[in-house]
Amino acid sequence: MDIKILGPGCPKCKQAEQIVKEVVAESGVEAQVEKVTDLMEIAGYGVFGTPAVIVNGKVKSVGRIPKKEEIKTWIME
Amino acid sequence: MKEQTKLLLIAGVFLAVYYIPWSHPVIRQSGLEAFMMLQEYARQHVLVCLIPAFFIAGAISVFVSQASVLKYFGSQANKILSYSVASVSGTILAVCSCTVLPLFAGIYSRGAGIGPATAFLYSGPAINVLAITLTAKILGWQLGLARAVGAIVFAIITGLLMAAIFRKDDAAKNKGQIYLPDEENKGRSLLQDALYIFTMVLILIFAAFARPAQGSTGLWPAIFAAKWYITFALLIALVWMLKAWFTRDERKSWVESTWGFMKQIFPLLAGGVLVAGFMLGRPGHSALIPEHYIQTLLGGNSIWANLFASIAGALMYFATLTEVPILQGLLGAGMGKGPALALLLAGPALSLPNMLVIGSVMGIKKTAVFCSIIIILSTIAGMLFGFIAG
Repeated sequence: MDIKILGPGCPKCKQAEQIVKEVVAESGVEAQVEKVTDLMEIAGYGVFGTPAVIVNGKVKSVGRIPKKEEIKTWIME
Repeated sequence: MKEQTKLLLIAGVFLAVYYIPWSHPVIRQSGLEAFMMLQEYARQHVLVCLIPAFFIAGAISVFVSQASVLKYFGSQANKILSYSVASVSGTILAVCSCTVLPLFAGIYSRGAGIGPATAFLYSGPAINVLAITLTAKILGWQLGLARAVGAIVFAIITGLLMAAIFRKDDAAKNKGQIYLPDEENKGRSLLQDALYIFTMVLILIFAAFARPAQGSTGLWPAIFAAKWYITFALLIALVWMLKAWFTRDERKSWVESTWGFMKQIFPLLAGGVLVAGFMLGRPGHSALIPEHYIQTLLGGNSIWANLFASIAGALMYFATLTEVPILQGLLGAGMGKGPALALLLAGPALSLPNMLVIGSVMGIKKTAVFCSIIIILSTIAGMLFGFIAG
């Protein structure tokens, strides 16, 4: 599984990255969590707001820190 | 930070501490000025102006729906609407500078195109609620108002010019799907949100209400005499709204985001005040940089003073809000009002590091045109303002 956190490095983006990593570690799912900071790459996903979470190429949340339960349902699919 | 840079940094600080002639009278005076200016901020601006402004900024970032604004930046959006929204949306969207650049890249490459994107990029840092309040409080309401109006008008002009110059190129943009920030369900009407933020703005206005000139009569001294009663009544209204309309979680995230801004901005601002005080001193007091240099370069309202202020502002990097103490120092040392506005209009939107990032998004040619437009417009606005405000 491939998870991307989009955000240039503001405090909220770091929190989003942290919470996703926590959930992945807790659930034991094999997943690669990658932080994307390059502006053009972020824009390439078409997201109008950061932090954004992308799971397997699909945009899951934009402009907010996702909740733990939400992340769980995304990675269990 | 790399270990090598850390070593260089420590060595640099060491050499500075070792060689600076601390006992020289000018250095002593400058050091004293730095802390006197910091104290002036702590005593006069932090409690009544900055703290309320931080709470407002926190409320805006948590409770105002970004999606409702961002939909005007899509590729299908009405052009007139997207320009108007782009020019004023900085108040809502740009409380944190780190949201400006990704949004700019998104609007430019996927959304409404280069015009609204550059309009947004320009106005964002200049018209957020913190920047306007602090400018008006410290540099006077004339400069605060001129800054807000100038930023909005210039944003539209710059955006339209960019769109006209690079018309062909815009048509070739890929129109993929865009994702707006998720709309969160809440139990309040728009009116309640507006009342809540408006109450805080009123608190800010009354708490920071300046003492009217000696001997003036009528409305202003009356308001001034009653200002703490009014502020207190407004505070009670605010507490009532918070209890009646907001859930526990919402209040918590409001305080958290306010605290986030404070953590981020206070240290930068304090550093900026110290540097400005050390270099330029408080108004009426001299410090490290002799006043006649400032007067020759930036005094009066000549085209050169305005142009110099615009270019310097465009190249220099101002951390959030630090442009205000630096300008206060410069004005006190003899800078003209026109050049001050020119610097305010060109400054926060542009800086060397910022130009590099913008360049990586839209290429060197467009970045150069964008910067030139801003420098020219700021120079003209500076001259006009200097002429009017004298």
